[in-house]
Amino acid sequence: MIVFQKPKSLTDAELHYCPGCTHGIIHRLVAEAIDTFDVEGKTIGVAPVGCSVLAYNYFRCDMVEAAHGRAPAVATGLKRALPENVIFTYQGDGDLASIGMAETVHAATRNENITVIFVNNAIYGMTGGQMAPTSLPGQVTQTSPYGRDVKTAGYPIRMCEMLSALDGPEYIVRVAVNNVKNVRNAKKAIEKAFRNQIENKGFSLVEVVSSCPTNWGMTPQNALKWIDENMLPYYPLGVYKDRSGQEAAK
Amino acid sequence: MSEKVLMKGNEAIAEAAIRAGCRHYFGYPITPQTELAAYMAKRMPKIGGTFLQAESEIAAINMVYGVAGTGKRVMTSSSSPGVSLKQEGISYIAGADLPALIVNVQRGGPGLGGIQPSQSDYFQATKGGGHGDYHLIVLTPAGVQEMADLTALAFDLADKYRMPAMLLADGTTGQMMEPVVLPEEQIHTVEKPWAVTGTGMKRPHNIINSLYLKPEELEEMNFARFRRYAEIEENEVRYESFLMEDADVCVVAFGIAARVSKNAVVAARAEGIKAGLIRPITVWPFPKKALACAADKVKGFVSVELSMGQMIEDVVLATGNRRPVMLCNRAGGMIPTPDGVLDSIRKMNGGAEL
Repeated sequence: MIVFQKPKSLTDAELHYCPGCTHGIIHRLVAEAIDTFDVEGKTIGVAPVGCSVLAYNYFRCDMVEAAHGRAPAVATGLKRALPENVIFTYQGDGDLASIGMAETVHAATRNENITVIFVNNAIYGMTGGQMAPTSLPGQVTQTSPYGRDVKTAGYPIRMCEMLSALDGPEYIVRVAVNNVKNVRNAKKAIEKAFRNQIENKGFSLVEVVSSCPTNWGMTPQNALKWIDENMLPYYPLGVYKDRSGQEAAK
Repeated sequence: MSEKVLMKGNEAIAEAAIRAGCRHYFGYPITPQTELAAYMAKRMPKIGGTFLQAESEIAAINMVYGVAGTGKRVMTSSSSPGVSLKQEGISYIAGADLPALIVNVQRGGPGLGGIQPSQSDYFQATKGGGHGDYHLIVLTPAGVQEMADLTALAFDLADKYRMPAMLLADGTTGQMMEPVVLPEEQIHTVEKPWAVTGTGMKRPHNIINSLYLKPEELEEMNFARFRRYAEIEENEVRYESFLMEDADVCVVAFGIAARVSKNAVVAARAEGIKAGLIRPITVWPFPKKALACAADKVKGFVSVELSMGQMIEDVVLATGNRRPVMLCNRAGGMIPTPDGVLDSIRKMNGGAEL
């Protein structure tokens, strides 16, 4: 009996992520969802600019590399051209919540029938650890060396809270991957985000609170602990919007 | 299908695009290309196509990139400030070797500029526009008929050479109404094995991408692209030659400037000056050979432009500095008059310094 195997929709390419980075887990969860619904052959993924820029090498489905922040716009084009296909984007916090904020908000408000995986690790990883739109108050980064000063750098953006204020989107949820229980919930949320699209329900965004041991300057274990102690109080986990679910409950 | 209809230039582009099989349009409001988007908004839902008013020109061009990746015909339109915003996406489209049509109904600049016609995006259109080494195939309509014809041609060339094409129009040709015979509906059969449509579990995954981290690979991509460009320069140059057989003075002008110049050339002939006109229809590839040949015969050139003189640099390059080249221009939304051009022709005919 096979108790553990690589999802079919991941390639054999070796991941380039740093030791302890949670991108690997999230890639696996996305691939598992694709496998669960048996849609690899009609899935097109959109990779961002950031740490997961090379995601197009890791997913076995067709892939498109987007310009920084533009993945939701690119996905919109793909979905409008191929409405029967499954389109997902995979984006980090700089990509989705800073430079791509407009594309994110408008894809959400149009209820574009796509799945967005939003990896929030509160830092720009690929470029070496600069302050992100989601960096916490006081968080030390290369470009906030004295800690994020909210007086000059403003406050972190809580994407789920913001997007759930819109009438448009179908499903907005925040999960984490720092312990087994959270990974299980993340798996369920990502599956639902794909199922929603397959059932033509519309825009689903899964924010995955993630770690960056390299740029946080921590061991992988401490980074996961730091999520519990610092990230989750600012970014509470939970379902922020589930339109069909809420309508069904009425 | 061959009956004439009276249409605005902007609308002629839209209808011609639909007849060329374009079913996906993404735009953002801007003057003076408004009628194009409005036409698409009306027509696309009726024929199962997409009209989407994007949140910005940046989003619109990236939606174009998405559709282009699937191999379907797609376009966007804008005017100068909006086309500046699209440059990032155009560079990615060129870098990923995707076909798409971008329409620029130019207005005066720089900055917010004005809303009157201009040709001052010539450098941007013909030299690349965004970052990196690339070109667009750039077609310049001089009237409503060409707005339609060149739109169809632009889609074909973009598909054929796997690259973005631009229709470089201006506020006048966009807004003017003329009779036009619309092109026939096209069914195209260009194979696009590179497109992302889902693997269907039948082939390895396709990747639409412009990232090459190994410099040797990126260099080879650039070399390969420029080999294709050389082919285009050889095969796809288009221009109109008017009264050039015995010309002493060669006027060079495209778009609305060429319409004005034609009148001036005729007027010059009436007063005994042997003037002629070379009207580039493609400004990239630029009709270098035609101008080089003309330089063997004429006294000099007059470059007529709605800019501070941009195409004139290509005229000088093409003619190898062998003959004087004079600029006759208006800028900021002003249009040269036939009298103004005639005056320049007279001066050039009378002899000008090299």
